Amino acid sequence: MYAFDYHKPRSLAEAAALLAEKAEGRLMAGGMTLIPTLKQRLAAPTDVIDLAGIPGLAGISVTAHEITVGAMTTHAAVAHSPEVKAKLPALAALAEGIGDPQVRHRGTIGGSISNADPAADYPAGLVGLGATVVTDRREIAADDFFTALFETALEPGEIVRQVRFPIPLAAAYAKFPNPASRYAVAGVFVARTANGVRVAVTGAGPSVFRVPEMEAALDASFTADAIAGIVVSADGLNEDPHATAAYRANLVKVMATRAVAQILEH
Amino acid sequence: MADTIPVAFSVNGHEVAAQVEPRTLLVTFLREQLNLTGTHVGCDTSQCGACCVHVDGTSVKSCTMLAVQADGCDVTTIEGLGTPEDLHPMQVAFNEHHGLQCGFCTPGMIMSAVNFAKGHPDPTESEIRDWLEGNLCRCTGYHNIVASVGAGARAMAKG
Amino acid sequence: MGLMAKPIRRIEDKRFITGRGLYVDDVKMQGTAVGYALRSPYAHAKILSIDTEAAKAMPGVIGIIVGAELEAEGVGHLGAAFPASMLKNRDGSNRWDGDRALLTVDCVRYVGEPVAFVVAESINAAKDAAEQIFVDYEELPALASIDEALAPGAVQIWPQAPGNIALDWEQGDAAAVAAAFAKAAHISRIELVNNRIVVNSMEPRGAAGKYDKATDSYELYVTSQGSHPISDNIAKRVLRISKDKLRVITPDVGGGFGLKMSTFAEYALVLIASKRFGVPVKWMSERTEAFQSDSHGRDLKSTAEMAFDADGRILGYRVETNANLGAYGLGFGPGIQTAVPMFVIGGVYKVPVVYNHARAVFTNTVPVEAYRGAGRPEAAYVLERLMDQAARELGLGPDELRLRNFIPAGEMPFRSAVGALIDSGDFQRNLHDCMRQADWSGFAGRRAESEKRGLLRGIGLAYYMEKTAGGAGPVEICFTPNGRVEVGVGTSGHGQGHETTFAAIVADKLGVPMELIDLNQSDSLRAPYGGGTGGSRSLWSSGNGILKAADTVIGKGRTVAAAILNVAPEDVAFEEGAFRAQGSNRFLPLLEVAAAARGGTNLPADLSAGMPDGLDSSGTHDENGDTFPNGCHICEVEIDPDTGKVSVVAYNVVDDFGFVLNPLIVAGQVHGGVVQGIGQALLENCLYEPGTAQLQSGSFMDYAMPRADDFPPIKFTYNEILCTTNPLGIKGCGEAGTVGAAPAVMNAVLDALWARGVRHVDMPMTPIRVWETLQAAKG
Repeated sequence: MYAFDYHKPRSLAEAAALLAEKAEGRLMAGGMTLIPTLKQRLAAPTDVIDLAGIPGLAGISVTAHEITVGAMTTHAAVAHSPEVKAKLPALAALAEGIGDPQVRHRGTIGGSISNADPAADYPAGLVGLGATVVTDRREIAADDFFTALFETALEPGEIVRQVRFPIPLAAAYAKFPNPASRYAVAGVFVARTANGVRVAVTGAGPSVFRVPEMEAALDASFTADAIAGIVVSADGLNEDPHATAAYRANLVKVMATRAVAQILEH
Repeated sequence: MADTIPVAFSVNGHEVAAQVEPRTLLVTFLREQLNLTGTHVGCDTSQCGACCVHVDGTSVKSCTMLAVQADGCDVTTIEGLGTPEDLHPMQVAFNEHHGLQCGFCTPGMIMSAVNFAKGHPDPTESEIRDWLEGNLCRCTGYHNIVASVGAGARAMAKG
Repeated sequence: MGLMAKPIRRIEDKRFITGRGLYVDDVKMQGTAVGYALRSPYAHAKILSIDTEAAKAMPGVIGIIVGAELEAEGVGHLGAAFPASMLKNRDGSNRWDGDRALLTVDCVRYVGEPVAFVVAESINAAKDAAEQIFVDYEELPALASIDEALAPGAVQIWPQAPGNIALDWEQGDAAAVAAAFAKAAHISRIELVNNRIVVNSMEPRGAAGKYDKATDSYELYVTSQGSHPISDNIAKRVLRISKDKLRVITPDVGGGFGLKMSTFAEYALVLIASKRFGVPVKWMSERTEAFQSDSHGRDLKSTAEMAFDADGRILGYRVETNANLGAYGLGFGPGIQTAVPMFVIGGVYKVPVVYNHARAVFTNTVPVEAYRGAGRPEAAYVLERLMDQAARELGLGPDELRLRNFIPAGEMPFRSAVGALIDSGDFQRNLHDCMRQADWSGFAGRRAESEKRGLLRGIGLAYYMEKTAGGAGPVEICFTPNGRVEVGVGTSGHGQGHETTFAAIVADKLGVPMELIDLNQSDSLRAPYGGGTGGSRSLWSSGNGILKAADTVIGKGRTVAAAILNVAPEDVAFEEGAFRAQGSNRFLPLLEVAAAARGGTNLPADLSAGMPDGLDSSGTHDENGDTFPNGCHICEVEIDPDTGKVSVVAYNVVDDFGFVLNPLIVAGQVHGGVVQGIGQALLENCLYEPGTAQLQSGSFMDYAMPRADDFPPIKFTYNEILCTTNPLGIKGCGEAGTVGAAPAVMNAVLDALWARGVRHVDMPMTPIRVWETLQAAKG
């Protein structure tokens, strides 16, 4: 690791001020991505600004129509929250499938979505549910939040405060993990909402994306058969030694079908 | 840059205060400053789990945590779990069921297992195997580790 | 005492489960500096210059070593374990191993080859400095694979090895095999790829070295499978000093699997650096570094053919293999596909004639050396895949073809076509037991049930045979002044439970409580000489040696006891740890006799003069006679055709390890071995990018390590068919699981995919490969 200065601000304003002041400063939430990156000398921030000391950033609150998850809430907290399990079990299951138990104990939703790893699980959940990302300065629809590979709509210095998930009628997440990293080779989140079906895919492309043909087909008939005839194009999908684009295209369809089946079973 | 900063936390019940470089990993601090060498480093991608310790009662990978992030916390390492004279039930189970061979993954495996057992007094085999996703072993084929964790969890539940 | 054949819990566990083990990285030497290797980013390049000036001026840097300096100082190079005369080309000429300096001087030949060694006050300072070393490389074409290396016009990695052939080796009788094939009723043929494996012991490699100016001697703590071979290599080959000037100590070791048998450059570099810079130096590999600097395993392509008569009986067997040696022939590398497995070609079958031709091929990849089984899993894989294919072609069940060709138990001992004298074995019995244990006959029902869930189910069996033995050294049993018994061995356990197993034998034989027995191993100046632990032979060597040494102890003790008891030696019996004057109730415990013998008190002068070492005794198991562990593996898989994921749903093993001394430890060895075999078949794959020879699977993020949730429980039982050629009656068990597993899994996978038109599969059957194979079979 390269040397850096460490800061543990006590408020979002203080964190924002530090970020503004330190040109090469980096925010740290759980550190599950940042610390391995630093260890491999793939990043050299002058300053690391730890968000763990800011009150109110962690926690889950639930209303009749919405679940709000604070940016510093760990994956384990989401996975084990009785309220999330009761009202949005697909989100709890998604969180329970991230990394391994030790990663879930430290990793946070805010860190995950700000990093925007193309193979992370949360982006599928956010986009699939039509969530809203609340920052220290505005609200961003999930559809607009993830912009490209490791890119988000966050402006320099902007800090995620929380994510608001509307509670759907039903939802499910199915993913196929990379045998080595266990990140998603393809993960598909399907949600039936009052405003129609949403299908969001992570892992397969450079960034999370929706599949409008599947959404339309499922709006017309929410059955596995409805999407059986849809051909997912391999164009632009990721390629690596574990998965070709064609294989990923296949997995998108298979995982979507399984998510639909899960919803129908319940 | 890179001045040292103070940290203070409890390790195995003892208060520890020190000056550390911010980039010091918790595992490095435990091993090199406190000579608690039971916590091992087996990878650099946060996957093998040989470095598992408890921070405030929860298992974490101490290779993926800065020492400063543990400031104010209670840290427990394998050395604080039980002693050769007074073994923890999970340690007993690993010996009884031959849940270790070379012993390198073992401290992390046991720390992970103890955390698991708190929420799983009578675990199924698949619950154990799922939980151990973050702990790699190259010797045992996991067969006897799974048996050990199950027996250890049940022993812990009995108290 | 009845301590053998019991599942005794391991005595070494206590320190491991409490975090009190002492691994190399835990060794503290006052004022230790950190060593760090700068490694080549290129697979093949000339080094035009190395500039370390800026790096040397960095804060915290103690010094930097480059290869040219070592050459100037006359530091020796590393090499292979086999002398030239032992492993020659088939035309009688010498093989070529390459020439491996500790730090390469003018050319790099694989990504990760060390180029400079930085010594600094901290790892961060060392890495900072390494970034400031400027190496001017001129890239050369690089060879990533066997096929690239053998292609016409391929770059020559070594001018001394035309065509990139390091070794061109053969065994058997080509003409006799050709004649057998000429009269065959059926010939089966298979081409197989044996994928490249990264060993990945959970403890990476490491070394801590210290030079002592006053005595002009060195001390090395190292992650090894035997201190003596490391000491031989470093003292004789590299530093060119007398062996007594180098003390090599192997503390607790976090797994070896063949990797830690060899001497690596960094082990000598910490010593050279310590002498040069006047501080102890420690180097510990990081995991990502290990991927590109540890020796790898497997990586070969074989074509095998078998000739059968009209009844499905084997007439002859022919194998052609090209094995990737990497850029250098180091350690056991050149022998892995040649000398090591040569006695198991043909396995458990009556094969009248064999011809085996293997070539070791240079590529721009990390050197390939031993990985659990070292050549024998590869041989078993080819044979057992071919037997399954032949069974299909002949319309016989996989069990039936094997049963027709097994060497019958009644014909033991059996001299095989490749010259192995197989002492014992009942292959038919193990096969039948394993099929019963696996409920082979109920498979059709289970397959139908899987089909209902949309899954393809397959079952596969494999019957393997290993050959283990050798590497014997003396065993010493010493009685210490403080009343303990020290057992010195030339083996070097690193997870196999030797402290428990060897103590149990001593305790059983001498009646001394286990808690009074200490193991003295793997200290090159203190422990007896020996080849270390590898090749599943430690119990054969040290265990049988203990019996011999213990017999000498008892013989000497009887003489001493007789003198003290004032009876004739023949009237003294040794039972339950004491010498007893027969016909009386007078007895002397062994430890008292040992103390008396040591002190010479109460002993006639001639007796004590004749026993200067008291009862201390040594014994060497040096009898000829290999052991042939063997057994049947049956694997059952379920395959999800939509995703390509293969799940192992049942795994059964019935082994013959001769006498099973500690069933708990033996089972553990099998479990671990099986998972390594399944790992190779389904998960693990080390990939180099074609054309560039860049390592693509360079960390656990890309290289799939077996995890707990990848496996079912492994059902292991055994039949004890005693080995007739060693006193304990044991057969080596350490590698056996790995040897049998890969073919059993792959036979099951092919069985599952057969109905979908798939006719061939190669390891590893990862999800994408399964899916693509199914797509291709659809046409």
